[in-house]
Amino acid sequence: MRIGVITFPGTLDDVDAARAVRFAGAEAVSLWHADEDLHGVDAVVVPGGFSYGDYLRCGAIARFAPVMTSVAEAARGGMPVLGICNGFQILCEAGLLPGALVRNAKLHFVCRDQWLRVENTSSAWSARYEPNAEILVPLKSGEGGYLADKSTLDELEAEGRVVFRYVGENPNGSARDIAGICSQNGRVVGLMPHPEHAIDPLTGPTDDGLGMFYSALDSLVAV
Amino acid sequence: MARVVVDVMPKPEILDPQGKAVAGALPRLGFTGVTEVRQGKRFELEVDDSVDDATLAKIAESFLANPVIEDWSVRRVEP
Repeated sequence: MRIGVITFPGTLDDVDAARAVRFAGAEAVSLWHADEDLHGVDAVVVPGGFSYGDYLRCGAIARFAPVMTSVAEAARGGMPVLGICNGFQILCEAGLLPGALVRNAKLHFVCRDQWLRVENTSSAWSARYEPNAEILVPLKSGEGGYLADKSTLDELEAEGRVVFRYVGENPNGSARDIAGICSQNGRVVGLMPHPEHAIDPLTGPTDDGLGMFYSALDSLVAV
Repeated sequence: MARVVVDVMPKPEILDPQGKAVAGALPRLGFTGVTEVRQGKRFELEVDDSVDDATLAKIAESFLANPVIEDWSVRRVEP
């Protein structure tokens, strides 16, 4: 299995995302923002960082990068895509996921280990978890507040598309404590916290994040 | 040639923590009586005659603003 990891100018977490892919037993393939070619990968991770310096809005310029045209097309065809932090912002800007991420309600950049509840265990990136499992992964973002209009939020809840929800105090003002959501077909998932930093107790708080990468491999084998 | 101004503002129902922080600082600076501040963005575009209003609207709607969270308005300030 080959999982692509995109690098934009300003991406920070591509190295850790590639490491997580390898930890899960897949081959990590570097994808460059200016290259439309996805090099035959089976899934894509859009990692965190500050693509294009967060100019205009987080993810607003990255969504027009040549590689994103191919990712959007592949995602519509059912390819698993995971957006982490800035990657989540990019997927929202690209219209692959509904809603938007805005400045944290208390303005502070939040950097801490965060408990999440896995509420959807049928998406391509969460099937390995037990329903309602609580996992501990790092959260580090200044614009992590998830917002959408009420009808979109109701639709996400009704369709079970809230994949991850913050446990305990809401860290950033996200609507309904939402930490991560998925597309209608469950193949595209975005979340603000960082599973790729929690794959090895030596370098992260837990290895709870690894399940997302295993889940993607499971979903590819199932196809 | 014309100068076009595009104003982008957070939608009224969206919490604007930056505006709130500015509003909170004003009394500390001795300015009283300001009851609310909303912070947005202003873009100034120099465009040639080939750029019509429909194109400007498209630029604002699809790129300069995120319609999920922001309202936008376009106006030509120099004919």
